[in-house]
Amino acid sequence: MSNLDDLYREIILDHYRSPRNRGELASPPAIKSEGFNPLCGDELVIYLDVRDGVLADIKLTGHGCSISQASSSLMSAAVKGKSLDQVRATIATFKEMMTAHADSLDQSREATMDELRTLGELASLQGVVKFPVRIKCAILAWNTLSQGLDEAQRA
Amino acid sequence: MTSFNARQVRADTPLLTRVINDRPITYLDSASSSLPPRSVIEAMSRYYETRHANVHRGVFQTANEATALYEGAREAVARFINAPSGADEVVFTKNATESFNLLAKSWGAANLHEGDVVLVSEMEHHANIVPWFQLRERSGIEVRFIPVTDDYRLDLTNLDELMTDVRLVSVTAMSNVLGTINPIKHLAATAHRHGALIAVDAAQSIAHGTTDVADLDVDFLIFSGHKMLGPTGIGIFWTRAEILADMPPFLGGGGMIADVRIDGYTPAKGHARFEAGTPPIAEAVGLGAAVQYLEHLGMANVVAHERDLTGDVLTRLALEFNGRVRVIGPNEVIDRGGVISLDVEGVHPHDVAQVLDQFGVCVRPGHHCAKPLMRRFGLAATARASFGPYSLVRDTDVLIEGLGHALTMFA
Repeated sequence: MSNLDDLYREIILDHYRSPRNRGELASPPAIKSEGFNPLCGDELVIYLDVRDGVLADIKLTGHGCSISQASSSLMSAAVKGKSLDQVRATIATFKEMMTAHADSLDQSREATMDELRTLGELASLQGVVKFPVRIKCAILAWNTLSQGLDEAQRA
Repeated sequence: MTSFNARQVRADTPLLTRVINDRPITYLDSASSSLPPRSVIEAMSRYYETRHANVHRGVFQTANEATALYEGAREAVARFINAPSGADEVVFTKNATESFNLLAKSWGAANLHEGDVVLVSEMEHHANIVPWFQLRERSGIEVRFIPVTDDYRLDLTNLDELMTDVRLVSVTAMSNVLGTINPIKHLAATAHRHGALIAVDAAQSIAHGTTDVADLDVDFLIFSGHKMLGPTGIGIFWTRAEILADMPPFLGGGGMIADVRIDGYTPAKGHARFEAGTPPIAEAVGLGAAVQYLEHLGMANVVAHERDLTGDVLTRLALEFNGRVRVIGPNEVIDRGGVISLDVEGVHPHDVAQVLDQFGVCVRPGHHCAKPLMRRFGLAATARASFGPYSLVRDTDVLIEGLGHALTMFA
């Protein structure tokens, strides 16, 4: 079952069982961003409290598989309290990790390890790359966050 | 003479020799698409290797042979469903979804007007919902839903009241999510008593029971090749000859005309009117072979075999998991086929399917193109296992092993 263990790391299962930052924020003033995965029925709502260029608070509701739930929970913990520039950078790094071809992971180990260090706990989602159909599960929260930030910065 | 032995069916099905993640494949997704036996694959290969030509317009030898094979498949289908006027009533389409679009956009558009009602049910596939919504946008018809009971059956207690202004009842013979088999004969009699017609979605039922349109007394029957051990890319639309004769053309182009002039065209008569362009010839050949194969197995034998498997899996899921794996569908094998939708405690259907894949088990997670039904039961998705004639109790063994692993992993 080594393959499965790559996907379902203990940290992912922990965030799935006990998701962080669950709940809602009054919107407005908070930005509300919704994400759907029409193929599998996953739904996610993200509430963003942006103040002075900082993501002061983030809350999540919705439902989905362990990968989408863990990814959104890990994401909320990683970006809460960060400047919007830092949040954008984390989104970019995470998406890069998700788009790296599974076969190239070994060859580009150095670069990958550097990136993974900056991602901290988020690196636990790296194994998802080996399961291409599940990448969309891991990325849903990040696209939804991106969309919310766009809205916050337009406002 | 029929001859049924599930082990032989398995031996006849090349795909079942695959090994997935170091385990022999356990194929439990026949409700999505069934696996063709070697005879179907070989019939299609033989056609391409020795007879391929376009149909209906050639004079040369292979064109005549291709046409004979294509029309032979139509006859096989007509025989399989006991079409009263034979092959003339059978139209080939791309899939069951296209057949429903043919029904709604040809017969529906010509015969249904503002205020008319199409009565479907809450357990329909989107293919039997969306075309009616599209027709509603154009002509103001009403789409009404027969509710589903908490026991996963059609709620027919107020059927006569529901029939007000209904011109067409369009329901599935067997739910692709619940496995529920609906009382089509009763619905047909009720529809006709109220002056309505009845269309039946037989996509799920066609390979898992006998279908006799004359005995059922239905007006339209829709199904697809790939759910009855045939190839993808071919669907079937059947209606009575007198209804077909009055239906306006659907797709326009070659093959569906009697004449084309610079001032207009005259459509062909009969099934040709609805088969524009080069049809799925090889697929029809494969479908014909699939019908022959199913006839050889004997549908009554297939039903009995799948009923045994269904009873066994329902009993074992209840014993093994003590309520932690809930079946979304009837719990007894009465008017129920081998489609087993599962809700696994604490494990999302996608994770269930992912863990099962590691055991070589193929099940389908998702809403199964039946979102109104999923909403009715407050579910976003289920993990669905479904049987075919090649399924064995051994498949259930592996399913249960994998489910146990998923439960432990996510506990």
